Amino acid sequence: MSSELFHQPITALAAALEAGTLSAVELTGAVIARTKAVEPAVHAFNSHDEAGALAQAAASDARRAAGQGRGALEGIPIGLKDVIAVAGQPLTASSRMLANFVSPYDATVTMRLKQAGAVLWGRLNCDEFAMGSSTENSAFGPASNPWDVTRVPGGSSGGSAAAVAAGEAIATLGSDTGGSIRQPAALCGVVGLKPSYGLVSRFGLVAYASSLDQIGPFARTVEDAAMVLGAIAGHDERDSTSFRAEIPDYRAELRARRGPWKLGIPREYFGDGLDPAIGAAVEKAIAHYRGLGCEIREVSLPHTQYCLDTYYIIATAEASSNLARYDGIRYGHRAQGARDIVDLYFKSRAEGFGAEVKRRIILGTYVLSSGYYDAYYLRAQKVRTLIRQDFLNAYREVDALITPTSPIPAFKLGEKSDPLAMYLCDIYTIGVNLAGLPALSVPCGFTGDRLPIGLQLIGQPFREADLLAIAQAYERDHDWKTQYPAL
Amino acid sequence: MTSVTQPLSPPYEAVIGLEVHVQIKTASKVFTRVATGYGYEPNTLTDPVVLALPGALPVMNKAALDAIIKAGLLLGCDIAPVCKWDRKNYFYPDSPKNYQISQYDMPICLGGAVEIELPGAARNVMGEHKEIPLTRIHLEEDVGKLNHGAGDSLVDYNRAGTPLMEIVSEPALRSAEEAYAYLTSLRATMIYGGISDCDMEKGQLRCDANISIRPVGQAALGTKVELKNLNSISYVRDGIAHEIKRQIGVVERGGVIAQETRDFDGMTGTSQSLRSKEEAHDYRYFPDPDLMPVQVDAAWKDRLRAECPELPFLKQRRFLADYQLPYTLTSVLVWDRALADYFEEAVKLAGVAKAQTIGNWIVNDLLRELGTAKIALVAAKIRPAHLVALVGLVDSGAVLANAAKEIFVEMFATGDQPQAIAERRGLKSAPTDRGELEQWCRDAIAGNPKAAAEFKAGKESAINAFKGPVMKASKGKANPKLVDETLRRLLAAS
Amino acid sequence: MSQPTQLNIDHVANLARLALTPEEKATFAAQLGSVLHHIEQLVRVDVSGVEPTAHAFPVVNVWAEDVAGPALPVAEALRNAPAQRDHMIVVPKVVE
Ligand SMILES: [Mg+2]
Ligand SMILES: [Zn+2]
Repeated sequence: MSSELFHQPITALAAALEAGTLSAVELTGAVIARTKAVEPAVHAFNSHDEAGALAQAAASDARRAAGQGRGALEGIPIGLKDVIAVAGQPLTASSRMLANFVSPYDATVTMRLKQAGAVLWGRLNCDEFAMGSSTENSAFGPASNPWDVTRVPGGSSGGSAAAVAAGEAIATLGSDTGGSIRQPAALCGVVGLKPSYGLVSRFGLVAYASSLDQIGPFARTVEDAAMVLGAIAGHDERDSTSFRAEIPDYRAELRARRGPWKLGIPREYFGDGLDPAIGAAVEKAIAHYRGLGCEIREVSLPHTQYCLDTYYIIATAEASSNLARYDGIRYGHRAQGARDIVDLYFKSRAEGFGAEVKRRIILGTYVLSSGYYDAYYLRAQKVRTLIRQDFLNAYREVDALITPTSPIPAFKLGEKSDPLAMYLCDIYTIGVNLAGLPALSVPCGFTGDRLPIGLQLIGQPFREADLLAIAQAYERDHDWKTQYPAL
Repeated sequence: MTSVTQPLSPPYEAVIGLEVHVQIKTASKVFTRVATGYGYEPNTLTDPVVLALPGALPVMNKAALDAIIKAGLLLGCDIAPVCKWDRKNYFYPDSPKNYQISQYDMPICLGGAVEIELPGAARNVMGEHKEIPLTRIHLEEDVGKLNHGAGDSLVDYNRAGTPLMEIVSEPALRSAEEAYAYLTSLRATMIYGGISDCDMEKGQLRCDANISIRPVGQAALGTKVELKNLNSISYVRDGIAHEIKRQIGVVERGGVIAQETRDFDGMTGTSQSLRSKEEAHDYRYFPDPDLMPVQVDAAWKDRLRAECPELPFLKQRRFLADYQLPYTLTSVLVWDRALADYFEEAVKLAGVAKAQTIGNWIVNDLLRELGTAKIALVAAKIRPAHLVALVGLVDSGAVLANAAKEIFVEMFATGDQPQAIAERRGLKSAPTDRGELEQWCRDAIAGNPKAAAEFKAGKESAINAFKGPVMKASKGKANPKLVDETLRRLLAAS
Repeated sequence: MSQPTQLNIDHVANLARLALTPEEKATFAAQLGSVLHHIEQLVRVDVSGVEPTAHAFPVVNVWAEDVAGPALPVAEALRNAPAQRDHMIVVPKVVE
């Protein structure tokens, strides 16, 4: 177990802060120092404000001294993916389009982290507008995987995952539209949770695909993830798709829920294309659950093969409309020397957006264009119904599903040039977004060349407490979380 | 000019459909809670949602939904049990998101109609009534405002996000007059319902017209031209009349009507082409994933139906039947809800028999005074009770007609009771001293024995011979009723 | 269902207000062609009588009462504006 402050879980740090053996300023200082040391190799951040973070930390210490500590995250440095608005801070979505944009308002999750006492630390690197699976689509350069800096951290929330793995933040927030929290969590060997659609407010999250996007935590442990989720979850009247769900004390529920559970193994998630090392690690995890007295059942999600296509139609269609606002008029990049207003749109968007964003805007515009709506978008929404139904049917038999998070471990930077090959990284994660389900990735081992492997657990709608408990039942008996990348 | 060589053109008829946008009167915008308003400093009514900042999300305004459902009920539309929100995608600098949240295939109101009245044979004759069917009414958001400078344009987003109803008529209008009547009636309905103030100067009501012509009797529709920027009700009439004439001209010169959008300039009374339909848009409508559907149940509709006022034409029919008012009076009274209510309040106090008298006072005197004072009826000091009291004084003969007019003007200015004004200003018919009046009458009878004899012999009109001298003696201040009574009494006694 | 060859990249790029270089057009057309080809398999799914899913957990009548809240200060509203004058956003002259 590392003695380094920046590698400690929230649970330990919160205790030390409470006991007075540690101050938020000390902790934040340690995180800043660590960031300075490893950031040249990792590039997890687009920007950070050391003075601002230390000021927040000092304010936290003052609150605590005055007996006015705010909440579970008092004094804990937490990083935000650069698609989540923080008043007065840059919000770039890793895009040239928003390179100089400063948000005049706070996202709901930002306000809730502040209310919980967190020290907001930095703007985390990601794929441009959260479109990608490697963070290579960042206009400000890719992030690297702390376990092997020649490899990708995954994406789109690669910076959020890498920062936690490298000790540049104690926990972080990311966003997940097709696997963008779980896949980088798996590739970086940390815990990443994608909540049920509607559990966490999207207000202040730069929209990629509105009906799929969810904000969720990255943390070193399942219990840490439960604490961060508890701080950000809950209904928000500023998000019409926010769900009025009971928010339990997720951390307390971990102790209350001990199983055993009925766990389903969807056979479609173990086909060819799955890296053998990953397959083996997942099988061992399944065996472990069996050993814990859990009933393991094979189940079928027959429409799995259609998830990728359904996703790329719905996600790009929504994105083509969501990204229309980036036109260089009210904010964002404006091209010089435009002939007229239309030319200004064409040039500003051409200069402001990267290749993958352009590709998805083109695809999304096409599937919505006159004559194609029924054939593509409407049909995809119907297939989405069938995909959702598959999961709900499975849940008549089991409490949760176990799958690999990613078919492959971290790949080399620049290795995947073909978009379709890149899209295939998400085959195990996309169905969850289409069905609106909660799912997390928890570390379950390493490949031969010490690349982390993630286990995906998919839960029932708004049953995050069970999902976390199931994950912790595995985590408790393994020491993956106490292994750190050698940076 | 026509010549014998020129073939006589067939009679043409116009086919007109109107697309009317009406701003709904709400405190906050349709998808966010920043205030709505007109005439504020540029960009002072914005927030992250209005500006479409990254991460902003829309949230429906309940009051805007109430208003459009109410409008639908007033116009006899079917209210959809479920409706949803769609994105209409197009790039324009006044549209912050570059899509407009609107309703595409599931509008909240379907069908319905606007009752119109065409000009009658004469001012005092009711014209023909028609029902102009509606296609639909849907709710959407307004855009910002572009101010065009010399070398560039300036955008103000204050108006962006204001709730907007789009009211689409069937192509059932046949003339500029009908279009004028349609807008007049629709506007009154919206104002009556408290849905909008429909101030066209402030852009609260905007109208586009789709116009085509065809030879009378032909079933097929001609090529339609969309006429934009008809920003006053008279411009709508002028613009449509002008467009019909233009199209007939084109056809008669052997040309063909091009499908296009034209801009009407009310100042010059001319129109010019904006764009041809070749560059028609592809709006890529799809359901807005940021918003949930709306479900309207019976209870909701009933609650709003209970708030629906009686509309002008119904009121007019009732006024004609219940109060026996002449058409001209009703046609003034019913178009202003406050005025009609004022009238009915007064009639309640004075009795139905006095309805026409009261109607005349309101339409002639009250409206005139309101006009010169440039104030609204609600601000007037004179309440229905004042008017009723004045009418009472005239009936009792306590004041004479011309004096009553003076009293009314002062009553309007001061809000004092007519009785008090009459006394203060010495406008009561005098003398009240019967002794003096009786003396004048005796003198008059004595002065004309011939007439006295004729009267006794049964010649009614002979009595008038005495009235002149009595009035002369009273310097015109004697109360004619009193004079008549006294003369009869004395003549009978003599 | 449509054939991917029907992807008219110029038309679509125009709708999306994206200026594409000839190189971009070529690569995107090829790449999206294969993506669309993959997507074609959706035809095989029998969706007869299946309702479309717009939201994973649909609810109705999500609204707020009509109470006006604060506006952004103009300075904040325009702080990211590329060009402004008289508290308004400056754009190239718009004809219509
Ligand atoms: Mg329209
Ligand atoms: Zn409209």
